[in-house]
Amino acid sequence: MSFIVCDNISVGYGEELVCKGISFSVETGDYLCIVGENGSGKSTLLKTILGLLPPLCGTVSVAEQLKHGMIGYLPQTTAIREDFPATVQEIVISGMLPAMRSRAFYGKKEKAAAMAAMERFGIVQIAKKNYTKLSGGQKQRVLLARTLASEKDLLVLDEPTAGLDAAASEELYRLIEDLNQKGQTIMMVSHDAAAVKKYANKVISLGDGAFCEEAIV
Amino acid sequence: MSNLLYYLSFPFVRYAFIVGTLIALCSSLLGVTLVLKRYSFIGDGLSHVAFGAMCVATVLHLVSDTLLVMPVTMASAILLLRCGKKARVKGDAAIAMMSVGALAFGYMLMNVFSASANVSGDVCSTLFGSTSILTLTMSEVVICIVLSIFVISLFVIYYNRIFAVTFDEDFARCAGMNADGYNLLVAVIISAIIVLGMNLVGSLLISALVVFPALSAMRLVDGYRRVVILSGIMSVICAIVGMLVSILGSTPVGSTIVMVDIFMYGICTLAGRRRK
Repeated sequence: MSFIVCDNISVGYGEELVCKGISFSVETGDYLCIVGENGSGKSTLLKTILGLLPPLCGTVSVAEQLKHGMIGYLPQTTAIREDFPATVQEIVISGMLPAMRSRAFYGKKEKAAAMAAMERFGIVQIAKKNYTKLSGGQKQRVLLARTLASEKDLLVLDEPTAGLDAAASEELYRLIEDLNQKGQTIMMVSHDAAAVKKYANKVISLGDGAFCEEAIV
Repeated sequence: MSNLLYYLSFPFVRYAFIVGTLIALCSSLLGVTLVLKRYSFIGDGLSHVAFGAMCVATVLHLVSDTLLVMPVTMASAILLLRCGKKARVKGDAAIAMMSVGALAFGYMLMNVFSASANVSGDVCSTLFGSTSILTLTMSEVVICIVLSIFVISLFVIYYNRIFAVTFDEDFARCAGMNADGYNLLVAVIISAIIVLGMNLVGSLLISALVVFPALSAMRLVDGYRRVVILSGIMSVICAIVGMLVSILGSTPVGSTIVMVDIFMYGICTLAGRRRK
């Protein structure tokens, strides 16, 4: 079943066109990667698909079941400001908010789910630490734990390995692959085309202001 | 000490302490969010708008200034947030335009139309709150208490969501939360605090109450909840100490409180360095 279908869309900010003629679809269980040079419009495309930016033309159709908080988005870690005083625990449990509807405070269920997510991603021992003092790899784990604290149909990652060293990147790729093999649908943006081809089953290449190809690996 | 007890025997001094403590608490709670969202400057701009509105209210001889100042300030807050992303004049420039515009307009009105014999005195007390806190009436104290309860309960109820939206707006949006709604809520609460705070420290100094306790707390502790709680405590302590000093030393209330806040920030910065 198709989660997301993009039909000949153009993306950009305001009147500035960044990339045009993009068509592809995300199916259940996919591991889809969007690759391209800096400035080719990868993140812009991602934001358009997520509904954070309107497409300049064309249509993005999103499956009905995804519209109720079932998309988990991991922004680039650099988008989070450097001196934000938040502990790992506070961040992970905030991932439970969308599933709480209008309830104001966390209950036992939310606390247990946050704990389980921290265990899953091996960050229990740093639960009380300040997020901004963690290493790049640890930060990504925290954001993953937050996003997946409540179940998500589609996980969207924007340059998750940016700023990580080779070993940490490798570890993160393996973690994501593991999630995918357990049935998690994944959409990821990366500038590291060589690496993602090892894991992804679909690769979307953007370059020179236009959609290049959709390769099925 | 007996001097202080003598002063405290006056109801207007007791009113000042109640109002001062509440304002300090409200402003510091929201201050953390404001600083982290990079909205500190919006708070400052809004306080200038509030000054302009206050001048209009004075010239019109309204029964209650708050009735005009509050809606005008809230409308400006909404305008700044709503248009912030789309407008041709971007963020900081829009705020600068709005705030100096309101200042100039307000001062002009006061000079041209005011019937008061002491225009510069009126302007000065609106800007720096020099005496107004000691002239509060019972009804103003009640309004302040009601508004403070409103602000604090909104903050507590939406605490977790305000955290999520402040920490990572895009994530919250994708997860189906109404991020714009929460931003608007923060802006409305801020306007309420600014209008409240004008009574205590005047419109020019209110952003000090918003920014300093939050920054001081961030130097000392990690974690959002701890920062919020500590900044609340420090803000209340600074306000009380400031008011005591100003009564005993006959200094202006507003600037004395801000001086104490700055002093506290200095200590926290030093202590924070040592911690690392």
